[in-house]
Amino acid sequence: MSKLLKINKGVDEGTKALLEYLLEKDKVEGVITLKTINANQGICYSLITKPEELKDAVPLIPYMPNNEGKLLSRLTLREPLADPIAVVARPCELRAFIELVKRNQGSLKNYLFISHTCPGVYPLETNVNGSLEKKISQYWNKTKNTELIQDTRPACKSCIHFIPDNADIIVSLIGEADLDNNCNIFLSTNKGEEFAAGIEGEIGEKELESKEINLMQNKREEERKKLFEETNIETKGIEGLIEYFGKCIGCHGCSNVCPICYCNLCFFDSQPNETQPSWSESDLDRKGALRLPSGTIFYHLGRLAHISISCIGCGMCTDVCPVNIPISTIFSKVGESVQKAFDYSPGMDVEEPVPFGIYKEEEFTEIGEQ
Amino acid sequence: MNKNFTPKIIYFMCNWCGTGGAESASAHHLYYPENVLPYRVNCTGSLSTVLILRAFIDGADGVIISGCHPGDCHYEDGNFRERKRVATIKSIIESLGLEEDRIWFRYVAHGEGKRFVDTTTEFNDYIKKIGPNPLKERSDT
Ligand code: SF4
Ligand code: SF4
Ligand code: FES
Repeated sequence: MSKLLKINKGVDEGTKALLEYLLEKDKVEGVITLKTINANQGICYSLITKPEELKDAVPLIPYMPNNEGKLLSRLTLREPLADPIAVVARPCELRAFIELVKRNQGSLKNYLFISHTCPGVYPLETNVNGSLEKKISQYWNKTKNTELIQDTRPACKSCIHFIPDNADIIVSLIGEADLDNNCNIFLSTNKGEEFAAGIEGEIGEKELESKEINLMQNKREEERKKLFEETNIETKGIEGLIEYFGKCIGCHGCSNVCPICYCNLCFFDSQPNETQPSWSESDLDRKGALRLPSGTIFYHLGRLAHISISCIGCGMCTDVCPVNIPISTIFSKVGESVQKAFDYSPGMDVEEPVPFGIYKEEEFTEIGEQ
Repeated sequence: MNKNFTPKIIYFMCNWCGTGGAESASAHHLYYPENVLPYRVNCTGSLSTVLILRAFIDGADGVIISGCHPGDCHYEDGNFRERKRVATIKSIIESLGLEEDRIWFRYVAHGEGKRFVDTTTEFNDYIKKIGPNPLKERSDT
């Protein structure tokens, strides 16, 4: 059982009321949440310290301009926060941040995590072509009825980790039939309880797991299976790699937005990876032609080698790809096998070390035996 | 098996046991297939996944990585580090439907000249059997 806080407002207003309360009562120094800028033309994360700046906050808008995990890591890369800051983040953003913290790319200290059972986000293009606004009402209707939202990111439709394990405070969204008038907030940690103490609302107890959550879990699992089967890359070998990644224009947008790709200078952008004329020559002798820019498959395999163990399946990469390569589907699928091989769940437990940091004699002994 | 196929095999060996094994082979006048190209790295643990992948992209048909036996690595756990990287690459390659067995990871100690020769020969025969790396002739990668 978790403590449940009921606020007599819709989920949007209820979440905002919580943020206002935290700021006004000086419980936190600031909050990080999504906010509209430029008369709703842009939606971006903001660090807000003055309560009146919250008026344009849209904490639950189904849109992810950045994986917030990456932003939280940049803020605490050099030193932890001195004062508490509340952040509203989606489950995959929290998982990304946990992965980064495990790699010494940030600190959890003084962050208060507010998250929610996540119905997903719409692709970035919806805010460019103006369709996002029109989709919002169906988004909430489907969320109330525990339906899959077909036009959200493929990564979201097929995400099976939509319950935020690491949040202190969880706003309940999926399957909440009365979310227009009632905001149910789980205070899942002591820290969450302490921060929310004193806010206007009813306190009760409830289980976060519900039949709606289980129903959604099943729907997502089915969708995931379908998506993996459609992509079907594992049956195609080299042809499959070229079929999918052959279109890549080499912009490296996917690694730039990936929260797990945290290196400031990626190997694939670095000097040692520049093609030298002598290399092309030997390639040309053998192949008779060379795709330019070269090294496309190399780049994607390299990125898989580096991050598949930690891919948390946020879907940022697919969303920014200008040539519509289903990168996150492929990375999630490969990620799932690698994570299984290492018995590792990325972003779940900050105490569970990343497998590349501990090396034991007795593991993987089948590799190396003759 | 294609009789005319001479595989290109990259043999990454650590500076200590791996290289020592090859030296013992030469001291005993043992021969290993000449299409096996040895590359010395300080410790197998210093060999990044990206370099292994690069070998395949640049036309290798097979890659062997050989370092000190468990417990003998001169940098304590370099061989275990590399073993884990090899496990990652194998698992990625396998889930993409490619042949994971083009990479071998083996332990060869300083005095084990015969083991070095046996490993290279066995691997060479194996790669001959499975044929060329399909990536190496592709001009669209
Ligand atoms: S975003 Fe798309 S086009 Fe750009 S590097 Fe990644 S896969 Fe290639
Ligand atoms: S590879 Fe794609 S889906 Fe996986 S963490 Fe990076 S951006 Fe998210
Ligand atoms: S020194 Fe030989 S494997 Fe590390």
